[in-house]
Amino acid sequence: MPNDGQQYIKPDSMIVVRDLYKSFGENHVLQGLNLEVTRGEDMVVIGGSGTGKSVLIKCIIGLIKPDKGTIFVDGEDMTSFNEAMLNEMRKKFGMLFQFGALFDSMPVWENVGFGLKQHTNLKDDDIRGIVTEKLNLVGLKGIEELMPSELSGGMKKRVSLARAIAMEPEILLYDEPTTGLDPIMADVINELIIQLREKLRVTSIAITHDMVSAYKIGDRIAMLYKGKIIEIGTPDEIRNSKNEIVQQFIQGKSEGPITRGE
Amino acid sequence: MLKFFDFLGSLVIRFIEESGRIMLLFIKTLMWTFRPPLNLKNIVRQMEEVGVNSIPVVLIMSIFTGMVLALQSYTGFRRFNAEAFVGTVVALSMVRELGPVLSGLMVSGRVGAAMAAELGTMQVTEQVDALYALATNPIKFLIVPRFLAALFVMPVLVILSDIIGIIGGYLVSVTLLGTNSTIYIKRTWDYMKLDDIYTGLLKACVFGIIIATISCYQGFNTRGGAEGVGKATTKAVVLSSLTILISNYFITAMMF
Repeated sequence: MPNDGQQYIKPDSMIVVRDLYKSFGENHVLQGLNLEVTRGEDMVVIGGSGTGKSVLIKCIIGLIKPDKGTIFVDGEDMTSFNEAMLNEMRKKFGMLFQFGALFDSMPVWENVGFGLKQHTNLKDDDIRGIVTEKLNLVGLKGIEELMPSELSGGMKKRVSLARAIAMEPEILLYDEPTTGLDPIMADVINELIIQLREKLRVTSIAITHDMVSAYKIGDRIAMLYKGKIIEIGTPDEIRNSKNEIVQQFIQGKSEGPITRGE
Repeated sequence: MLKFFDFLGSLVIRFIEESGRIMLLFIKTLMWTFRPPLNLKNIVRQMEEVGVNSIPVVLIMSIFTGMVLALQSYTGFRRFNAEAFVGTVVALSMVRELGPVLSGLMVSGRVGAAMAAELGTMQVTEQVDALYALATNPIKFLIVPRFLAALFVMPVLVILSDIIGIIGGYLVSVTLLGTNSTIYIKRTWDYMKLDDIYTGLLKACVFGIIIATISCYQGFNTRGGAEGVGKATTKAVVLSSLTILISNYFITAMMF
């Protein structure tokens, strides 16, 4: 084992976040956050609104530059990357945005095939073939020519998911995959996420405050509170956690250490 | 009193910061422009949006400007018996000044607002982040086509505007004011130099750059939902119009 403990990365770690700090003015969002995600694992990060869950995954994909700390993706420290290297790294990622973030000037098939069009030399017909296949994978048929404005919220999320997996990424990031959906559609998305992990063997990080979803899709769950991961474990371990903060959050109580501001 | 200076200072600092950021975006846009591949489809689409769709407004504006110019200069020139030079004045004013400036203002209102609103909406709905996540640089994908379209289309619009403005002046002079058609055309041609046209076209290119850069900058820096998009749009139009008017003076002075 290398003696430089700080830099040692376990070979089966896909993403390693070490001592991450990020502030926006006086708002100290991340304060020394540590997280390790194993290859092929579905990590769910839970935490209240505004605790910096989104900031965390945006740091991982390089949309936000952290103030301090390192993030290793597949063994490489991406915080030292320049824009071109970041761009190259992002090809390993697929990201599902909270509201889909579909390009509303393009029909569904161009949205899903966007990465293929930009980064491969495939012809339009071949791209359409792949698009149809990915749309089928998320349970959608015959909507290739529709515009994003013609889709419902749940469909937008599924199209966005199809876009995220179109380039067959190694890592998938889910930003609140079930927020704003009815319970049935939320479960459809949860099932999809589980299926994708099994079919595509991707590593994924999902951030959510929907506990039903967290228990269902998470191999492990990490709780983010006041800029740090305060507890991490399997869904069962989290359910039986002794930590009062975790208990208040997962049971959704208005009384407890979080609301008392401890 | 101290508070006043504090306020004044922060205003100056903000202005310098903002100008610096706009300059940086401009330089980045230039760098991305020369990096292949060239996204022709997007450029053509933007050219249609900036150019073809702006033709009606520019034409209407130009013909009426040319017409009113003829009327006004006729009124003035008659007082010292120089009516014959109406054609010269209309042509020179259109080509050197009014064609580029008024087209610039029209385009900044029509196209600049649309650019800021579209990019602003994309920013607040995370579509710009989605571009990054799909390993595509938003400057290359969104700004470069708009920048090139504005840069190449503005001169074309200005040439159109010049021609239509001169025709407008001709129509008023010949049909309403009874000027001899041949003399009017001769006066228009004889006193116009190629330099006049070049100055106008140079202005058009600079205005195109100003509109695209400022509007895209405002769009990309939109924060806070629908309200933010509204603010960005207003700022884009006001800032690019003012910058056009200010830079117009300096270009004219430089080419004097």
